[in-house]
Amino acid sequence: MLTSARIEAFKRYWKSFKFAFYCATHPMDGYWDLTHEKRGTYAAANTILILTILSRIMKLQFTSFVVDPVYWEDINIFLYIASIIFPLLIWVVGNWALTTLFDGKGKLGQVYMASCYCLLPYPLIQFPLILLSNVVTKEEMQFHTVLSAVSLIWVLVWIVFAMGQIHEYSFGKNILFTVASLFAMLVIVFILLLFFSMISQGVAYFISFGKEFLFRVS
Amino acid sequence: MRKNLAKNIIKRLSAFLAGAVILGCSTLTAQAEEKYTYCYDYWGEVQDSPDAYEVVGVYTSADLGLDKPISTTATGLTVIGNDIYLCDTGNNRIIQLSRVDREDFEVVNIFDSFKGDVEVTTFNKPQDFQINEDGNIFIADTDNNRVLKLDSEWNYLMEFNKPTDNTLDEALVFQPTKLAVDSAGRVYCIATGINKGMIKYEADGTFSGFVGATPVVYNLWDYIWKRFFSTAAQREKQASFVPTEYSNLYMDHDGFIYACSSNLAEEDLKSGSAKAVRRLNLMGSDILIQNGEFPVYGDIYMGSGGGYTGCSKIVDVTAFDNDSYVLLDKERGRLFVYDSQGRMLFAFGGKGNMDGYFSKDQPISLDHMGYDLIALDSISKTITVFTPTDYGKLVFQAMDQFDAGFYEESGETWQAVMDLNGNYDLAYIGVGRALLRQERYKEALEYFELKFDDDNYSKAFKQYRKQWIEEHILVIFIVAFAVLIVPMIIGRLGKIKREIDTADIFKF
Repeated sequence: MLTSARIEAFKRYWKSFKFAFYCATHPMDGYWDLTHEKRGTYAAANTILILTILSRIMKLQFTSFVVDPVYWEDINIFLYIASIIFPLLIWVVGNWALTTLFDGKGKLGQVYMASCYCLLPYPLIQFPLILLSNVVTKEEMQFHTVLSAVSLIWVLVWIVFAMGQIHEYSFGKNILFTVASLFAMLVIVFILLLFFSMISQGVAYFISFGKEFLFRVS
Repeated sequence: MRKNLAKNIIKRLSAFLAGAVILGCSTLTAQAEEKYTYCYDYWGEVQDSPDAYEVVGVYTSADLGLDKPISTTATGLTVIGNDIYLCDTGNNRIIQLSRVDREDFEVVNIFDSFKGDVEVTTFNKPQDFQINEDGNIFIADTDNNRVLKLDSEWNYLMEFNKPTDNTLDEALVFQPTKLAVDSAGRVYCIATGINKGMIKYEADGTFSGFVGATPVVYNLWDYIWKRFFSTAAQREKQASFVPTEYSNLYMDHDGFIYACSSNLAEEDLKSGSAKAVRRLNLMGSDILIQNGEFPVYGDIYMGSGGGYTGCSKIVDVTAFDNDSYVLLDKERGRLFVYDSQGRMLFAFGGKGNMDGYFSKDQPISLDHMGYDLIALDSISKTITVFTPTDYGKLVFQAMDQFDAGFYEESGETWQAVMDLNGNYDLAYIGVGRALLRQERYKEALEYFELKFDDDNYSKAFKQYRKQWIEEHILVIFIVAFAVLIVPMIIGRLGKIKREIDTADIFKF
């Protein structure tokens, strides 16, 4: 049933999704309004994240081999998806964990939302590039390479801008905490690795203990 | 009774099944055996290949009818026409063999001395033998410290001695090992302990310089360490940065010299700072074409295992008349065949005592007779003769047809190769290139895409794209018109309409 409330919700979602395009061209203004004027929604943020993942997967399958030959035997689609989601989540957690101690105004969810909104240029450029890759020769590949690099740089720079706006940081402080967040990410990865290896050691200990026990008993 | 019968049947059935399982297992293990011939695909995966070369025969000294066996230090094997000249280094003699038919050799002559007005008319550890176009004979008479030039009747003409050059150590004993002689009678030779490249002599015997030295390989860190952090005494002990010596030379039919080095470091080969094989022009610069997916250095996998370690050690090289060439790897006992573009056609051989395999570290010399390959193994004191199989012949035929301009035929031959070996990248690319030449771009694209040949794909695609645009120019024009012009006209009409609607003269 299409109740008017649902239509309203969809309209709000659609408006917030369209707002991502405004953010892509007006980083300062856009990301300020995103949280302070509540013009962003989680639904739109998730949509953009899904579009990004989708474009990356479609790139594998549909990009011309001249630009990007794919060794299918080595591709693990889940790892491939994780290669976007995992760094994004670590970034969000690392950034929030740090900035919340230093007057950052952004909440965890807001950091996530803003980061996802920043990803928009990636699918925006990569989807047409998939088409372009199929009509270029090896000599014309430079166009593709440059545009592809532009999409990445665009995303990265925009994330830095966005963090500055949602945390209400000055430029210098923003840069400082971007670098600090990167270190925080490293620390998180380190702890995760440590944790996993500790747990697996522990589990292995109890398994071998149990085996030994059964061996003695029987 | 009935029960017994049933039991019997079950017994027999299980026995049969067990037999079938054992049979099945044995065929499985047979399949897992390493193939004799292989090549690499685009990704560097080893792809088994049908045998491209088969062994005609392995000839021991006794088979050849020699009075005493070939010495273990024999190093030189040169094919001139139908004859093989074998430098039996340890026995100080040169053996001339003639190939009387496909499988038979006979000894024509054994030379242990020559005629002429010179003090020493015997050989002392000769290592290489060449005959140039005039019929003159050149011999690297290693331990007599000279390169001999004899006429076709083995009469002494002249000799080439240690070059007089200030940069050479006075105490260095001149020991020429390998030779190449060009049509003008100029001699290029390499000698033990001389790493400045090839020693070049003019036809009259004057030394005219060193050519084709390998660029010196060292890394920055080693340099900084040695230059700034080492004492003079330490520096003395450290390895010095010098060019590597060549291990063998081969002059091809165009007069270019293939030179190979066998003592290179793995990491230098991988980084491309050292090259296992060079094709040197008269100026001494490397003109070897390396258009393959992998550099020309033999096996691309260098780890240890299977009885060998590290990179291929290329001890000899020989080039066919179609500019394909073959490298001989003493580490693995393998032969690597490359085409003129530096793409590996196939590799075969190995270490062992079977026909077509070589002793450890000891296939030492290689030459070719037509497309037949002849290799010397001086530990087992044998000469091995390889000849292309039907498959190998097809590959060569397809390349020759393409070079001669018979593109359609070449495509058909590559198709035949593909029928024999569906994992062969070059067959697909060959068919594609033939189609490309016949201007059948769309079909060619499919073949190139299958085997990731982006260069040829781009060539074909450029033409295909042009053709497509020419054919569809009308559609493209109409679409462009529809997308750009029509909205413009509509907008214009709308504007005029608005202007009319709001014009003052209609306002009363």
